[in-house]
Amino acid sequence: MDKCIACGTCAEKCPRKVTDEYNAGLGKRKAAYVKFPQAVPLKYVIDKDHCIYFEKGKCRACEKFCPTQAVNFDDQDREFTLEVGSVILAPGFEPFDPGVYDTYSYSHPNVITSMEFERILSSSGPFEGHLVRPSDHQEPKKIAWLQCVGSRDIHHCDNGYCSGVCCMYAIKEAAIAKEHAGADLNTAIFFMDMRTPGKDFDKYYERAKAEKGVRFIRSRVHSIEPLPGTDDLAIQYVTEDGRITEEVFNLVVLSVGLQISKDTLELAEKLGVEIGDGRFAATSPFQPVQTSRTGIYVCGVFQSPKDIPLSVMEASAAAAESATLLAPARNSLTRKPPELSEKDVAAQEPRVGVFVCHCGVNIAGVVDVEAVADYAETLPGVAYVERNLFTCAQDTQDKMKQIIEEHNLNRIVVAACSPRTHEALFQETLKQAGLNKYLFEMANIRNQGSWVHMNEPEAATEKAKDLVRMAVAKVALQQPLGEMQLGVTKSALVVGGGIAGMTAALTLADQGYPVTLVERKDVLGGHGRKLYSTWDGQPVAPFLDELIKRVEAHPEITVLTKARITDVQGFVGNFHTVLDVDGQRREVDHGVAVIAVGAHSLKPDEYGYGKSDRIFLNLDLDQAIGERDERIVTARSAVFIQCVGSREPDRPYCSRVCCSHSIENALRLKKLNPDMDVYVLYRDIRTFGLRENLYKEARARGVLFIRFDLENKPVVQVASDGTLKVTVKDHVLQRPVVLTPDILTLAGAIVMRESEADELAKMFKVPVNAEGFFLEAHAKLRPVDFATDGVFVAGLAHYPKPTEECIAQAKAAASRAATVLAKDSITAGGVVAVVNKDLCCGCQGCVQCCPFGAIDYLEREGKCEVNQALCKGCGTCAATCPSEAITLLGFSHLQLYAQIDEALSA
Amino acid sequence: MVNATRTASSNPIGSVLVVGGGIAGVQAALDLADTGYFVHLIEKTSAIGGAMSMLDKTFPTDDCAM
Repeated sequence: MDKCIACGTCAEKCPRKVTDEYNAGLGKRKAAYVKFPQAVPLKYVIDKDHCIYFEKGKCRACEKFCPTQAVNFDDQDREFTLEVGSVILAPGFEPFDPGVYDTYSYSHPNVITSMEFERILSSSGPFEGHLVRPSDHQEPKKIAWLQCVGSRDIHHCDNGYCSGVCCMYAIKEAAIAKEHAGADLNTAIFFMDMRTPGKDFDKYYERAKAEKGVRFIRSRVHSIEPLPGTDDLAIQYVTEDGRITEEVFNLVVLSVGLQISKDTLELAEKLGVEIGDGRFAATSPFQPVQTSRTGIYVCGVFQSPKDIPLSVMEASAAAAESATLLAPARNSLTRKPPELSEKDVAAQEPRVGVFVCHCGVNIAGVVDVEAVADYAETLPGVAYVERNLFTCAQDTQDKMKQIIEEHNLNRIVVAACSPRTHEALFQETLKQAGLNKYLFEMANIRNQGSWVHMNEPEAATEKAKDLVRMAVAKVALQQPLGEMQLGVTKSALVVGGGIAGMTAALTLADQGYPVTLVERKDVLGGHGRKLYSTWDGQPVAPFLDELIKRVEAHPEITVLTKARITDVQGFVGNFHTVLDVDGQRREVDHGVAVIAVGAHSLKPDEYGYGKSDRIFLNLDLDQAIGERDERIVTARSAVFIQCVGSREPDRPYCSRVCCSHSIENALRLKKLNPDMDVYVLYRDIRTFGLRENLYKEARARGVLFIRFDLENKPVVQVASDGTLKVTVKDHVLQRPVVLTPDILTLAGAIVMRESEADELAKMFKVPVNAEGFFLEAHAKLRPVDFATDGVFVAGLAHYPKPTEECIAQAKAAASRAATVLAKDSITAGGVVAVVNKDLCCGCQGCVQCCPFGAIDYLEREGKCEVNQALCKGCGTCAATCPSEAITLLGFSHLQLYAQIDEALSA
Repeated sequence: MVNATRTASSNPIGSVLVVGGGIAGVQAALDLADTGYFVHLIEKTSAIGGAMSMLDKTFPTDDCAM
């Protein structure tokens, strides 16, 4: 494995073609293969089950042609015994196999799964990103998606749960398909409930409907029939008004659900980890990543069906649990790289070494590499040139180090591939040779040369020369860049004393970091105080009491109530915050901050709210049921209205928890009085994941669900004698239904009070979205980080979510924060921007455009200044500055102009 | 439901086994390595990345999954 340089020769020479599981079975790979072009580790492997040598005892073509002798046919499976302090299970899911739906014609080539469709859309897929159907490779004009295949279904399979991701991915696939094929592509999604309850998901859905013209058809399709004499498929379905309709599609995508594989279940059994509902790992909402076995944690889909950001969040939460458990052993087994000394070459004349890579035949097959090397020798400042079959190979790296030393080279150019994949490798070699790693430049003569101009070898060679000339000119002007170490204050500030804030504080304190917990009110508990139970019926109060007790008793936690933040200075590792604690000024130094300020429940201004004491919000109903309130006990009929203030044009998001909450309460009422008539008026029931069980149970117990549209919202009238009248247009009956409930519950939205969040956001230099929720660094991959380093988010302040997600997110925020606090210092500098204050006119264009909050405007001087600890070197400020007062080190204007001059000089 | 309580050993081993190299396993491994624990990340196939590496783009931002 160490010898493989991923040149791909083995795969090229391998005569055996195998079905490619990476392309969901739609393409072929070889028996010697790399899983996908960007694979990590980027190493080719031999598929023992299909290799001709392993089958018949001869071939070994890969071995013969491998330029680095990396093929080892004698390699054996080996058993390892590891001693570990804890285990994290992240085994993922398997896509549901729709073969069991005997009426869906899955064996037809043009009936495919959503995973297969992903591969068709992908440029690394079987059709290189051309949207064609498998049977005849023709571009489809009409595509259908069928939702809930292997989800919410206990007839064809045992998956009663909602997979939680299929609605969104189907919308995405339809929208992207239209981008590929043009707006004329007809796309239809057949669904039962449109479940888009995540952050910015509803907006995505509305955009797909209104702007992209994706059709949404509320109908469960019974069968897909191949149309004789064609490759097309007929779908018969019942429209909402009860008509039977048939449509013909060129391609049908089955939106398959997520399920836990047999392998994973066997692993769980071996580990003694309990399996719960839906064959997911059994967990409790209060300990969402803790399995039944101490020291074993779970995250991702094995915990319950979920999307990427929630998986990432839980992964960090599981890491936090492990880190807490193993805190006494922190740093006991980690290794530190040795420190290397660096030669001072700043004052030396450039002596550039140029290494031209053949990349096997990848470059040399097109580009005349010899001519490029000869040309490089003529360039000013170049002291040494050589060619390598593979510059990135380990033996070449060893040799490069030697050559740098022998020839006293002080700048290096590698003419090969992309710095994205290989720059770090070469920079490491420079460091080993005692050179500053920034004295380096790559000329990408493969991706930008031989690959894109493969049919014009002469032009490709000329371009390669241009690229080398530009790189040499740039690197000659490069100066060593310094990195500095800044200390870290090893303590945290947590803003908000609700469930999320307290959980984050405890998670950090349990790892030994001092925490200051700031709460605006005079008591801890936040929204949790109003919650009656979790979605699966576990009482919140005992958990909350215990949590508060632990926080207040923890020696590492300082609780400040009636406290508010008035000023924040500093940056990651070195924050200085000023607080007003019940009128007293207090200052806190901290290395990280977690924002967990929560959100508020909307006080509706519709549906008669406030006009009758029989109109409740769900949180009030919780309490009334708990207290066996007279109004509840005597009620013979109850109505719930969903989406009150959510999914409206001026608040275009789903509040995520209200469907489950109303159904929980509907069930509670039914339990109290099974004869009570309970109606839920809804737009889509969004009982995602295992919550689908609630919905199923509610229907079984006779709760009636009536759907309405935004255009035809229910009308509530409160008569003078206090009686309630609710009128709603029933979709099935197509006529108004009049209900006269004794109690009416409004499922109100969860909202941010924007001014509050805005103030805090400004002080911490972090953004909020249009609805006032704090905006994370990356919707998928950094769900609890902010773009500003050292500040993290958790709980409702991020987006409406249920208790277990708040807890997981709080633990995740603590985990991310701990990655900062675990360091003794943070490295700043390298490729960062600097402001030449003599040229700065103080326009603050840079302050506005910096995505990382790294630039401050110094009022006193009227100048801007870049904080090197926060700067990520993106260069946006340098490009924005009208007076070129900002230099991005390593990409100075001088260097870029030199490159441009060289580009144009040919 | 489960009722697992944390029984912290005073002398635990400072390493963690992460089972699965998808996006969750990778994130857990990175966080732990960055906080001072040695991580063994095990993956059944020849490359990490899991299901996410098979996706074309991701909702709701349409970012490339790769």
